[in-house]
Amino acid sequence: MSSEAMAAERPNYLNATTGLKSWLLTLDHKRIGILYLLGVSAFFVLGGIFAMLIRLELVTPAGDLVQPDAYNRLFTSHGVLMVFFFLIPAIPGVLGNFLIPIMIGTKDLAFPRLNLLSWYLFMAGGTMALGGIIAGGVDTGWTFYTPYSSTYTMTAVIPVGLGVFVNGFSGILTGLNFMVTIHRMRAPGMTWFRLPLFVWSHYATSLIQVLGTPVLAITLVLLVFERAFHIGVFDPTRGGDPVFFQHLFWFYSHPAVYIMILPSMAVISELIAAFARKRIFGYHAVAFASIGIAVLGFLVWGHHMFVSGQSVYAGTAFSLLTMLVAIPSAIKVFNWSFTLYQGSVSFQTPMLYALGFIGLFMIGGLTGVFLGTLGFDVHVHDTYFVVAHFHYVMVGGTIMGYLGGLHYWWPKITGKLYPEFWGKISALLVFVGFNLTFFPQFLLGYMGMPRRYHAYPEEWQVLNVLSSAGASILGLGFVLPVLYFAWSLKKGPLAGRNPWGARGLEWETDSPPPTLNFDEPPVMNHEVYPYADGEPGSTSGMKPASAH
Amino acid sequence: MSTAHPAVLHHQFDTLEQQKESATLGMWLFLVQEILFFGGLFMAYMLYRWRDPQAFAAGSHELDITLGLVNTVILIASSLTMAMAVHSAQTDKNKALVRYLVATGILGLAFLVIKYFEYSAKWEHHLVPGPNFHFPELAIDGRAEIFFSLYFAMTGMHALHMVVGLVLLGWLLVPAARGRFNSQYHNPIECFGLYWHFVDIVWIFLFPLLYLIGRHYHGAV
Repeated sequence: MSSEAMAAERPNYLNATTGLKSWLLTLDHKRIGILYLLGVSAFFVLGGIFAMLIRLELVTPAGDLVQPDAYNRLFTSHGVLMVFFFLIPAIPGVLGNFLIPIMIGTKDLAFPRLNLLSWYLFMAGGTMALGGIIAGGVDTGWTFYTPYSSTYTMTAVIPVGLGVFVNGFSGILTGLNFMVTIHRMRAPGMTWFRLPLFVWSHYATSLIQVLGTPVLAITLVLLVFERAFHIGVFDPTRGGDPVFFQHLFWFYSHPAVYIMILPSMAVISELIAAFARKRIFGYHAVAFASIGIAVLGFLVWGHHMFVSGQSVYAGTAFSLLTMLVAIPSAIKVFNWSFTLYQGSVSFQTPMLYALGFIGLFMIGGLTGVFLGTLGFDVHVHDTYFVVAHFHYVMVGGTIMGYLGGLHYWWPKITGKLYPEFWGKISALLVFVGFNLTFFPQFLLGYMGMPRRYHAYPEEWQVLNVLSSAGASILGLGFVLPVLYFAWSLKKGPLAGRNPWGARGLEWETDSPPPTLNFDEPPVMNHEVYPYADGEPGSTSGMKPASAH
Repeated sequence: MSTAHPAVLHHQFDTLEQQKESATLGMWLFLVQEILFFGGLFMAYMLYRWRDPQAFAAGSHELDITLGLVNTVILIASSLTMAMAVHSAQTDKNKALVRYLVATGILGLAFLVIKYFEYSAKWEHHLVPGPNFHFPELAIDGRAEIFFSLYFAMTGMHALHMVVGLVLLGWLLVPAARGRFNSQYHNPIECFGLYWHFVDIVWIFLFPLLYLIGRHYHGAV
């Protein structure tokens, strides 16, 4: 029996204690990561079902599957569940939770009980929102614009709004926990510039969560107060200003886009380094670009309000500031590309997702610059061009990074290898399905098809059918990993400590790691990403434990 | 590890100092998010007062400045007792710690009781926003409602933070009475002190913004 096979039988975080209670009351950041995995997956499935219903309705020009009222509820439920209960918590909750303490060489997050509380707040918020969706649904769109949401709609705004409010504190506390952990818990020798870029990017994410989310929280409180107790803050008939709601909402919700994309960028940096067998080119620039995105992200919210009665001077300023965000984003993309140059590149599943991310994020990011341009935005405002743009960033960006990271660290999390062949198939399906779903929407939007309508003129049917067909391929691409990940738990070969031959503290401990992460407290006595020049890539695929 | 793990040291930390620094940093970050949370309310206040200063002055005139002032003094006094509580914990004076915590709690309760009487007076005078709202000066009637909306939202959120503070205080009193805190280990007291002072400071801003702005106002519109 090889040493790794013996290692797999040693106590680890999965078998240290057993029973449902040991999971529901766990303080172990790795187990809480697994709890998040279950939670976000459930909300992703629900949000995905709503998306499929939307695409099904849009196969034909006439509104035949659902009526307008039901359609409004469908896209609202899809947006609320996906944005607040999948995209925002997914990568920090699952991968950030699991990996940050290991990557910086410590035993746990600074506040394990707070971490568990975050998960319960997330689940409570999700349950409240889901309760509202079941009890009557919401038809305001995920943006809850007033005064429609506070005064006129008859739907369940209060439970859904409170659900998002409660979930917000989950994000705030997670961000706070990460920041304190990164400041105070690093292993000896783990200086700031020896931190993996995964950690830097999560630090930037946490910054936004701590600074941005409370503004959404108070906005939702005021919205609920206005709806429940008839105080007047946003309703113009009671002296309020609906544009003020939009300012407050986007002050959080634009940075929230960076809460979604920065953790994905965190993953991509690790994947590119591991599968190009090189230190990330321009490490410092990529690290500071994360902080730059977080800071600039707070200065651009007005670009959501170019046609909302904001002054033209404010619009111009927001337009220019918006374009600044392209700079740190481009710094990242260029540096990843330079890292690939003369790297020993191998194309395993995580790398396919990473390369897909770069392409899709570039399209998503550049169309963001289009939309930041005042004149163009007025033309395509509230059309499918906007829908396509933010799906390229959120799905093409966040979900690609999430799936890439899940594949890359799956052997570490579970100790088992997934079937690489099926992994590659799923990565290709997701890439092809995604583009087929959303590229036609750019064209539709440019031609003027408005978002949030259940029916459309016949000349747009071909592109809509293509989009719906793409959505089914995309759906298949999402189902496959569920199947082979589940399979791998039972039958996957043992992973061993470092199946990818990658560098980083997480690969120097067992798979799955012991409860306290390391047998001996680690010391970081070298730079981060210490790949030797010309080090051969793992072209033969993952090395199972027995192959060592 | 060569040294024994002290009982108050949580498993994830190596030293008490690291634990203390982490707790303090975490509390400050929490207060930062609190500032942003109240920031939304202050932003609303700025916007609407800038839009209609007369209605705000008239609305402010209806608030009870005496009760507001008494509450301000009470809260500042409670901040003093809280600071003394932290000092007592740091200097191993356990009896004084318990005494000062109880005093802080009593002052906090007094604040809420007075607030309750203020709120019920507003209710009787039809100054609670909603269908029953009716402002004494007809010319301002439709415009003053938003002042009272903000008054209740801001002081309500502040009062909610006071209630949370009192619950936490009660929760800390048990280990304090059992002598758990000393010069080596007192960060729960210190962090709670930070929270308590923060809630006081919010009131220090609320009092002039809500009660005092209209002192020069004499009814002309």
